Amino acid sequence: MNTNEKIENLKNELEVKLKNVTCMKELTDLKVEYLGKKGYVTELSSLMKDLSVEEKKAFGKSLNELRNYVEEKISFLKEKLEEAELNMKLERESIDITLPATKLSVGITHPLTKIINDIEDLFISMGYDVVEGPEVENDLYNFELLNVPVGHPARDMQDSLFINEEILMRTQTSSVQVRTMLQNKEKSPIRIICPGKVYRKDDDDATHSHEFHQIEGLVVDKDVSMNHLKGTLEILAKKMFGENREIRFRPSYFPFTEPSVEVDVSCFKCNGEGCNICKGTGWIEVLGAGMVHPNVLKGCGYDPKKYMGYAFGVGVERIAMLKYEIPDIREFYTNDMRFLEQFNVIEGGDSNESK
Amino acid sequence: MKVSKNWLNMYVNVSDIDTGEIAKKMPLVGNEIESVDKLCDSTNLVIGKVLSKEKHPDSDKLNVCMVDLGNNEVTQIVCGAKNVDTNQKVIVAKIGAKLPGGIEIKKASLRGVESNGMICSLEELGIESKYVPERSKGGIHILEENAEVGANAIEYLCYNDDILDVELTANRSDLLSMLGMAYEIGAVYNRKVSMPDTSYIEIEEKTSDNLSLSVQTINCPLYIAKIVRDVKIKESPNFMKARLMAAGIRPINNVVDISNYVMLEYGQPLHFFDTDKLGNKINVRMAEDKEKLTTLDGIERILDDQDIVIANDNEIVALAGVMGGLSTEVTNDTTSITIESAIFNPLHVRKTSKTVLRSEASIRFEKGLDTERTMVAIDRACHLLQKYADAKILSDVVMHNEINKVNKVIKITLDKINRVLGMNLTRDEVLDIFVRLGFSGEEHNGTFMVLVPSRRLDITIEEDLIEEVGRIHGYENMKGILPKLESKNGGVSPKNKFTKEIRKVLQSLGLNQVLTYTLISQDDIYKFTNDKFNYIEIMNPLSDDRKISRYSLITSLIKNIEYNLSRNINDIKIFETSNIYYKNDGEYEEESKVAGALTGNYYNNNWMGQNIKVDFYLVKGIIENLLNYLKLNNRYEFKKDDLPKEFHPGRSAGIYVDNELVGYFGEVHPKLSKTKIYVFELSIDKLIAKKIRRIKYKDIPKYPSVTKDMAFVVNNDVSAGSIMKEIKKCAGKILIDLDVFDVYTGENVGENEKSIAFKLTFRDDAKTLTDEEVMTVFNKIISDIEKKFEAKLRNK
Repeated sequence: MNTNEKIENLKNELEVKLKNVTCMKELTDLKVEYLGKKGYVTELSSLMKDLSVEEKKAFGKSLNELRNYVEEKISFLKEKLEEAELNMKLERESIDITLPATKLSVGITHPLTKIINDIEDLFISMGYDVVEGPEVENDLYNFELLNVPVGHPARDMQDSLFINEEILMRTQTSSVQVRTMLQNKEKSPIRIICPGKVYRKDDDDATHSHEFHQIEGLVVDKDVSMNHLKGTLEILAKKMFGENREIRFRPSYFPFTEPSVEVDVSCFKCNGEGCNICKGTGWIEVLGAGMVHPNVLKGCGYDPKKYMGYAFGVGVERIAMLKYEIPDIREFYTNDMRFLEQFNVIEGGDSNESK
Repeated sequence: MKVSKNWLNMYVNVSDIDTGEIAKKMPLVGNEIESVDKLCDSTNLVIGKVLSKEKHPDSDKLNVCMVDLGNNEVTQIVCGAKNVDTNQKVIVAKIGAKLPGGIEIKKASLRGVESNGMICSLEELGIESKYVPERSKGGIHILEENAEVGANAIEYLCYNDDILDVELTANRSDLLSMLGMAYEIGAVYNRKVSMPDTSYIEIEEKTSDNLSLSVQTINCPLYIAKIVRDVKIKESPNFMKARLMAAGIRPINNVVDISNYVMLEYGQPLHFFDTDKLGNKINVRMAEDKEKLTTLDGIERILDDQDIVIANDNEIVALAGVMGGLSTEVTNDTTSITIESAIFNPLHVRKTSKTVLRSEASIRFEKGLDTERTMVAIDRACHLLQKYADAKILSDVVMHNEINKVNKVIKITLDKINRVLGMNLTRDEVLDIFVRLGFSGEEHNGTFMVLVPSRRLDITIEEDLIEEVGRIHGYENMKGILPKLESKNGGVSPKNKFTKEIRKVLQSLGLNQVLTYTLISQDDIYKFTNDKFNYIEIMNPLSDDRKISRYSLITSLIKNIEYNLSRNINDIKIFETSNIYYKNDGEYEEESKVAGALTGNYYNNNWMGQNIKVDFYLVKGIIENLLNYLKLNNRYEFKKDDLPKEFHPGRSAGIYVDNELVGYFGEVHPKLSKTKIYVFELSIDKLIAKKIRRIKYKDIPKYPSVTKDMAFVVNNDVSAGSIMKEIKKCAGKILIDLDVFDVYTGENVGENEKSIAFKLTFRDDAKTLTDEEVMTVFNKIISDIEKKFEAKLRNK
């Protein structure tokens, strides 16, 4: 047998042996059998020394080819074997994906905080500052400077929670209006919203709460009008109840604004056709507003001849109750986990909300 | 204010406008409509005459009547009323009549006798029993002799009326009168208002010869009295009874009804005294302390010096503006009446009505009256008394008058009106609105001079007029726009932002935000704190449970956990941020706090048996996460000293930042809760007061770190924290992390001893540490700890 025949033989034998390999171990052994220190290929190369220079060159080349051939064949099979083994391993690792998940949860934002955050964000984007004030408040800021005269029912023990004759639990966030105007030494324009807790002497029932939340808005500037108030509140109504909402003004009376209005939003449930939420009227009362009474401006050091203002007050619970159709105001303070959990989801936006 | 549509039509004719339409329109000018009702919701009722009555053959209680229904129709009706009799004029519901409560009258057979309709009681017509006269109670209603047989009974009784229940705003006292309503609706529909008839004939005899008046208080600026004689007390005419009923007032007799009727027309309450009982002297004065008066309702009232009273020389005869006295009451025997029409100080009437009672009269006095109606109301009463009670009217009046009549003229420019409203109204549009409202206005060069009628007490300044223009013009067509304001960025206060960051951290750690009441019971005020403070107490609380302004939020949170536990919700993680209030040296103080409460599993997977329960170390993790996020790492420590007694003394800690106590956390004392509840509370104000550095990037370490373990056996009282503190001190800067990976007691460790194993990570940011360098430090730590804590290095 000449060397070429030997090489051919080795190749053919390898084909046969590779076919019989079933696992990695056998493949490794086979590799040693051919390419190891005492392997066939190495053995073959020992013939080199007996050859002429010319023959050596040719034989060396063939030998290299053989070596490459063997390595290629083995590594090809190795890859295949590895993949087969991995597949088996993956199959063994397969689990029942229908078993229950580990119970994790992201913390809930209370629905009232959600409403407050939304309204804050909206007004911040329009250049308003968020200002807070104390809940234990002086009569001066809660009533007197808001043009609520002595003898007004709100100043009565029946309606407010007093600490003494002068101090009470604030009944409205409007007190922050007064504080902000008084604290503004330059008497420059003001644009604020004031969220916070307020107190009334009401027995708790489905629609009354002795503690609840309000957001007061105030703009004091040289040229603001009822029409501007309407424009501003329209944006608020759309933000809270959806893009297609309209608002209407109904004249009303508050001591601290003149003119005063109640603000209705077109019913988001029936779109104005009349339903149980809007009591058939197509409109839902959502807040009170008006032009700041000149006595309030004056009392806080603003010249009503130079400055005008508008103000509005939103009941946060009321907005939440309407928006989410919550029938009982006490739910907000009971904090039943099954109540709160319902709010641990993204709000349906106008773009992805199913109608 | 309940408004009869028929009555309203007398002063402003809106009979062509559907009542429902008016109800829709009124809210848009500022008058809420509570309801729209019919005075009587029945049909097909006629006046019948009972021709004969015979006993029902088969019943003791029923009668068989032949009833003349007019138009040559006589029919047989079986009637169960006891008071039915021949020759009576009665209300008959014919076949097909509809009565309230869905009742429809059908031909019927009552115990075998045919009945073609029903003779009605007023209750069956849906009239509230309080309005039904005594004589008609429990039986059919018998009409007067003059009732025309066959005529529509509803029209005869004047029950064909709609009632608008208008909810008034606090400022519109003028709308507590039918005339005020007429002006309002007249303005809305641009219709003229006509005045009631106040004419009457006087006799020569003078009131002033029979009565003297002495007003001894400044709280009665106007008092007028007039005497009428020879009144005939009887039932009022049907229209008057019906209108009073529509207004919610019970008809009594013509005289009493007239005083109420005039009050409703003009808004001016009148009081009628029986002249013979009153005598010839009227004193208006303040009551003396503890003076007594028995009011019309028979109750003895004890008065004080804030009550205005009317008295004769013997006794108090009326509580001014609130209620008359029993001793001078008008009764069926009364023949002469002294009419009082007056103005009293609203604040005193309010005070009195609060202690005695609120009446239709006091409601009006409290809100203030039109002083120009005081006299005319007497005239109207005289007109009606003459017409419906045959009264003889004495000439002149006795009067006390300290009212300075001033014409209320307000100057305002068209420009101001348009600027405030944001509208573009013309001069003519504005003038038209003033005229419609019954205000007289002139305009000159864009300035209006508006004379406001005295009835409109609510209008005193320009802005009030602007509101009138706005509401009568209507806001419906206003296209809202945004104001042109300087553009600037809005934002929140640093504390608001800081609080929101705290909420964010706690929520991302899985805690749910709750809101609980600020007002709590006195029992809870000093719980979970050792602070010295004066609590704030409500002087007029709703209940003992809502009496004190809380200092710690923890009790509220525990109550919430208990609420949920009792509903079988066992894994609860909640927190709240809230302001608390207290008194310190007489000053009211505010502080913001954050508190949390946790129980059950933090997270779990039952089938895998992986339950991470809430425990001390988990809550410690929450606190550390929060403090680290607030950039207070390496500045806080936890100590067991001086814990409030509501905490488990062995499983709780005070939280100290820069050696200042900022809060507590730990297990609730088992005396307070059977379930293991862990709570924490921190002062947001104290945390925000800590100055922190801004974020500054540091290079990511280039050199590798080396980890080494060591374990010590120490006495049980030695805390891991104290060893760790010492290790850190001893190791210096190259120790970048230190953790405990095992705590062991039991076999191979002595009694009262424990083994604690530490994992130390070393790194030098300037170079790769050599083994030698690490070992030098490592060995130094070991010898140091062994010495300091009498510890033994534990060989693995």
